[in-house]
Amino acid sequence: MPTSHLIAQVLNVLAAGLLLISFAMLSRRRTQRLITLLAWQGAILFLSTCLVAHSSGLSEIYYSAALTLMLKVIALPWILHRLIYQLGAQWDSEPLVNIPATMLVGLVLVIFAFGLAQPISMLATTITRHTLGIALAVILLAFLMMITRRKAITQVIGFLAMENGLFFAATSATYGMPMVIELGIALDLLVGVFILGIFFFQIREQFDSLDLHHLESLKED
Amino acid sequence: MSGITFIRQLAEVVLAIAIAPLFSGWIAQCRAWLQNRSAPPLLQPYRMLDKLFHKDAALAMDASALFRATPYVLFGAMALAAAIIPSLVTDLPLARVADAIALIGLFATARVFQSLAAMDIGTAFGTMGARREMMVGFLAEPALLMVLFNAFLVFGSTALPDLVDGYAAHRAAVDPSVIFAAVAFLMVLLAENARLPIDNPATHLELTMIHEAMLLEYSARHLALVEWASSLKLFNYACIGFALFLPWGIATHGQDGGLPLFLAFAALIGKLALAGAALAFVESLSAKLRIFRAPEYLAMAFLIAVLGLLVHLLLRA
Repeated sequence: MPTSHLIAQVLNVLAAGLLLISFAMLSRRRTQRLITLLAWQGAILFLSTCLVAHSSGLSEIYYSAALTLMLKVIALPWILHRLIYQLGAQWDSEPLVNIPATMLVGLVLVIFAFGLAQPISMLATTITRHTLGIALAVILLAFLMMITRRKAITQVIGFLAMENGLFFAATSATYGMPMVIELGIALDLLVGVFILGIFFFQIREQFDSLDLHHLESLKED
Repeated sequence: MSGITFIRQLAEVVLAIAIAPLFSGWIAQCRAWLQNRSAPPLLQPYRMLDKLFHKDAALAMDASALFRATPYVLFGAMALAAAIIPSLVTDLPLARVADAIALIGLFATARVFQSLAAMDIGTAFGTMGARREMMVGFLAEPALLMVLFNAFLVFGSTALPDLVDGYAAHRAAVDPSVIFAAVAFLMVLLAENARLPIDNPATHLELTMIHEAMLLEYSARHLALVEWASSLKLFNYACIGFALFLPWGIATHGQDGGLPLFLAFAALIGKLALAGAALAFVESLSAKLRIFRAPEYLAMAFLIAVLGLLVHLLLRA
């Protein structure tokens, strides 16, 4: 029993780290830093999934942990790094309006997520049920990041961060999804990032920038 | 019995005053190594203090008594703060008198005196530095309070020695909110001690100064005391950090005798060496922020600390 208590505590600490990284992403300006943070988020996700697999004794969670390691820690950050290198956007930084205000909104979202998850996590029986609120908060913060950012790449990063949150929610509430679904999602993500990478080049060719505000008007004046 | 505790109390303060410049010297040395410069000797701060104490003080013509008294006030406030913080032992008679909130008040008193003294002469740079210092201070204080509230919630006490004792009592409990509190505390420590993202302690450009701008008019023994007080402040902040986040080795209540004290001393030196290297590393990685970005930085520290409180409430069970 003491070891499972210890594992639960380590999982809580990892969940807190995940939330901290989400907030750090919200406040970063440089695209490259965002990708590094995304990779770190993936690494924490990998560790927590491994721990859940160890404590529950379900071997298929190890597979999904390995998938997380390959896809979210190595492949996707690498692809994104190459993309911004090819786009010449390594040192791109976007003007963020009022980071403290964004962070305050983020804080409100966290409170909302915690309040929302409280009754749900009462029903769950896994040792990680308390982290459901954090998973929900990570999803909402990624949403917030997608809303406040204007560049195409950062929106994709927000999308990937949201998927991280969903994955974490799945492992913490129900010990992960069935293997088929997980494989499907992983493939979707990979293909999605490839397609969005092609979109980046199209957008830049059309408008000479990656700013999505150009997409809001129907015709050129 | 009580005589011995008072001796230990006194020894702790004297030790803090004695090794605070050493800590600053160690950080300067680590920074120099990281920047591929040849490092100044470890004892450089002491030589500096020695040199300054042997000089004749020059005072501006308009200097009032406040200007002359401020170095002593600063040094006294920091020495008193060192007496409250459990750096070696938790059985401190003075620490029972003042809790951590009073400690923050003590730091605030020192800050007010320093700013007033900087404005006292009436030079432009001193006034500018004082204003900036007050701005940074009023933003950093709530963040620091939130960090402390976090620890208070976990252990149910506002006195730093009780926190260390409480930690020793149930060692296994690692609260996830500690991560948030530690990050926020590091940010506040850097801002409050005029370290790199907010203020560059080694700058020679008056327009970017915060802390240094306030000391421009001081000389000789006054300057020595002010410099000593600021290295004591950094030492105190480091010791608050140890008490909150790394309280291993501190001799807790009832652990009398020589061996625990010696172990506590060794642990303190080891932690200071590591913390100094880590601080130098963090500073070398970060660039100085524009002064208008400082509110953003400190607001982030505050929000992270609040987040820690929320996480603690969520994961308490």
